[in-house]
Amino acid sequence: MGRMASSFVKVPCYSLSNLLRSSSIMPFGNSHNLRKLEFSIDDEYPDLSTHNNHMARLLTRELYGKLRERQTPNGVSLDDIIQTGVDNPGHPFIMTVGCVAGDEESYDVFKELLDPIISERHSGYKPTDIHRTDLNPNHLKGGDDLDPKYVLSSRVRTGRSIRGFCLPPHCSRGERRAIERLSVEALDALGGDLKGKYYPLKGMTEEEQQQLIDDHFLFDKPVSPLLLASGMARDWPDARGIWHNDTKTFLVWVNEEDHLRVISMQKGGNMREVFTRFCKGLQEIEVIFKEKGHPFMWNEHLGYVLTCPSNLGTGLRAGVHVMLPLLSKHEQFGPVLKRLRLQKRGTGGVDTAAVGGVFDISNADRLGYSEVKLAQMVVDGVKLLIEMEKQLEKGKSIDHLIPQQK
Amino acid sequence: MPFTHNEFKLKYKAEEEFPDLSAHNNHMAKILTLDMYRNLRDKHTPSGVTLDDIIQTGIDNPGHPFIMTVGCVAGDEESYEVFKELLDPVISDRHGGYKATDKHKTDLNPANLKGGDDMDPNYVISSRVRTGRSIKGFCSPPHCSRGERRGIEKLSIEALGKLSGDLKGKYYDLKSMSDAEQQQLIDDHFLFDKPVSPLLLASGMGRDWPDARGIWHNDTKTFLVWVNEEDHLRVISMQKGGNMKEVFNRFCLGLQKIEEIFKEKGHPFMWTEHLGYVLTCPSNLGTGLRGGVHVKLPHMAKHPKLEEILGRLRLQKRGTGGVDTAAVGGVYDVSNLDRIGSSEVQQVQMVVDGVKLLIEMEKCLEKNQPIDSLIPAQK
Repeated sequence: MGRMASSFVKVPCYSLSNLLRSSSIMPFGNSHNLRKLEFSIDDEYPDLSTHNNHMARLLTRELYGKLRERQTPNGVSLDDIIQTGVDNPGHPFIMTVGCVAGDEESYDVFKELLDPIISERHSGYKPTDIHRTDLNPNHLKGGDDLDPKYVLSSRVRTGRSIRGFCLPPHCSRGERRAIERLSVEALDALGGDLKGKYYPLKGMTEEEQQQLIDDHFLFDKPVSPLLLASGMARDWPDARGIWHNDTKTFLVWVNEEDHLRVISMQKGGNMREVFTRFCKGLQEIEVIFKEKGHPFMWNEHLGYVLTCPSNLGTGLRAGVHVMLPLLSKHEQFGPVLKRLRLQKRGTGGVDTAAVGGVFDISNADRLGYSEVKLAQMVVDGVKLLIEMEKQLEKGKSIDHLIPQQK
Repeated sequence: MPFTHNEFKLKYKAEEEFPDLSAHNNHMAKILTLDMYRNLRDKHTPSGVTLDDIIQTGIDNPGHPFIMTVGCVAGDEESYEVFKELLDPVISDRHGGYKATDKHKTDLNPANLKGGDDMDPNYVISSRVRTGRSIKGFCSPPHCSRGERRGIEKLSIEALGKLSGDLKGKYYDLKSMSDAEQQQLIDDHFLFDKPVSPLLLASGMGRDWPDARGIWHNDTKTFLVWVNEEDHLRVISMQKGGNMKEVFNRFCLGLQKIEEIFKEKGHPFMWTEHLGYVLTCPSNLGTGLRGGVHVKLPHMAKHPKLEEILGRLRLQKRGTGGVDTAAVGGVYDVSNLDRIGSSEVQQVQMVVDGVKLLIEMEKCLEKNQPIDSLIPAQK
C-alpha cells in the first residue's frame, strides 16, 4: 500500500438531469421513480437521524444532492445503493455498512460515497491504495500442525462476482439464470479431489435437502431485513443452488448474497490443507470463467469486487473452531485478539454465543492484505492463543506472551 | 437515450426473463403468459413503473392453495392503462367477470341508504365502513419516492386540518409520536405498524418506514385516516352498536369534505368511470369499500347453510381479528364481498339488509324454528 494507483477504468455515467431535458424517459434503478428530481434535495433526502451505520454517518445532504442525479450504465441509482441502510437504522453496538453495490460500476459512479465508507470500514484504506492478491498456498508458512486437541475444524470462505452481470441486489432473472448456467459449467469441469455435484434449490428432493441440512451446507431464503431490503431475495429460489465436491470439503453457493460464495473446510487443524484446496479450486474455476469471456470482477484498487463493501479485497474469512475455555475468560482475551487482528464469534456464526468455551476465531481484515497474509495471521494467531491456553491450564501467567499490535 | 433500468434486461430473451410461476397460485400467475410478458416487458409508465415492478410481489409470494391472492400491484395511476393487457383480465378474474368495457357507478349520497339505523344492538356489537383513496399526481406506495410520500402527507394534514364539527381531529405521525400517544392509539385499536406480510413488503411499500406515515382521528374517535400505509389514504368510520346509517353518513360526509379540499389544491382523488376509485391493489378498485359489522351469530355459526346464505347475500365472514382470523364466541365480522360494479350505497345496503336477515334467522334458531323459508335468492 502506498503507490499511487494508475487510473482505474473510467465508467460512463449518465447525468439524469440532462437526459430529463430531452424528450425520452430516463427512470432510475430499483426504487426508480421519474418524479424524484422534481422534488427538492431536502424533500428526497432520507431521514437518517436515528441511524447508526456507515452510510448514515457519511451521506450528507449535499452529497445526496450531488449523487442523486447519477446512475450506472445498468440503471443502478443512489437510492438503490442506500435503501438497505435507510430501512435498517442499525444497532447501537453493531456498525452495519448500510449500503450495497448493484453492479461493478457502482463503486466508481458513487465513489464519493463509497470511498469514505470503504475507508471507515477498512481501517483508513485510501482511494489511491493498491490491494494485493496472493492465492499461492506455497507462500503460507506452517499451518498444518494446529493442535487438534484444541482446534476442532478449519474453514476458509470468500465470494466472487462474475464480470458482465449485475450483482444480486439489482440483477434480472435472465442474468441470474445465466450466472447459474455458467457456474454449473465451470464447476462441472473440476476433477480429482474437487469433482462434485450441483443441487439447485428449486426442485431439490426431500432426501437431498435433508442431507444438505445434516451436512450444514443448505442455505435458505434470507430472513435478515438487512439483506431483504437490498433486493437480493427477489424471485427466490429461482437460479439459486449449492454445489459441493464428493468429499464434502469444497462448497460453492450460487446466487445467494454474491454470485458465488466459495468455502473450503474440514475437521481438525490442518489449515494448510484447507487453504491449499481453497486456492486450487478458486484458480481452476477462475480459468474456466475467463475462457468463457466472464472473468471475476477484480481491480487493483478494490481487489475482488463483491456486493457488500465489507467484503472487498480478499472477501476472505479464514477461521477455526477452537477450544479456549480459560483464555476466553481472561481479561486480556479481547485486547490480544485485537492485536492479532483477529475476531471472535460463537460457533453459530456472526452474532452467536460461544458454547462450551468453543470459539470461531477468524481474520478481522478483508482489504489491504492478501489472502496469504490473512491466512497467516490466523495460523500464527491461533497457535499463540493455544499456547496461552496451555499456560493457563498449568496455572501460569501469559503476560510474556502478549504480542505487539500487528 | 436508452431506458437504462429496464433496457439491460432486454438483452436477454423473453424466455430467459419470464418468471417461473409453475408453483404459484395467484391471479397474476394464472393470467400472465410468456407472450403477454414479451409484449409488456419493454413498456413503462411515465413515472417509470415497469411490468416487473407490478408483478414482483406475485413472483415472490406463490400463494396459498386455498386463498387466492392478486399477485400484482399498481405503481401509479397509469399502470392500469399501460399494463391493461394483464390487469384487465386480473380485474375480471377477481371481480366476478367485470369487463374492460364496464362502467362503475359511484354513489356516496347517504340519503340513498334505506334503513340501517335499527340493527338489533343485542346482536350487532359494532359497525364500520372503510375505504381507500389515492391522490392524483403522485405514485402509489409501491413506487413513490420519499419526496412524493412527504408531499402526500403534507397535503393530507392540510386537508384533514380543515375538518370541523364532529369531524375535527388531530394527526399523529409515526416517526415522532410520544410513548403515551402510541399507547393510547394501541388501546383504541387505531395504531398501524410496519407491515410484516411478505405480500406487502415485496411490493416495495415498506420502504423508508416510518417516514411520512401517520394516523389522524377525530376527537370522538369515530373517524380515522391512515396516511401512506398500503394506500395514500385509508378512511375509516366506526362506532359501537348497530347504527350503520350514522356510520355511513359520517363516512360519506367526511370523504366528500376531504375530496373537495384536495380538489382545490389541484390534487383530486384518482378516479375513472371504468375503475372507480383507483387504489394500489386491484382487489380494492371501484368503491374500495368494506362495510361490516361485528355480530353475534352463535347458532348461525353452526348451521350447515351459513356459507351458502352468505354467498347469496353477497357477503363474506371473517373472524373479529380481521381477514384470516377465526370467529371467537360466535361473533363474526360480516361485510360486503364486492368492490367494483356496484356503488357504495348498494354495497352498504347489502350489508344492512343481509345482516338484518341473518339476525332474523338467528332468532328463529334460538326458538328452534327452521329457517328454510327465510333463505334468500341469489343477489
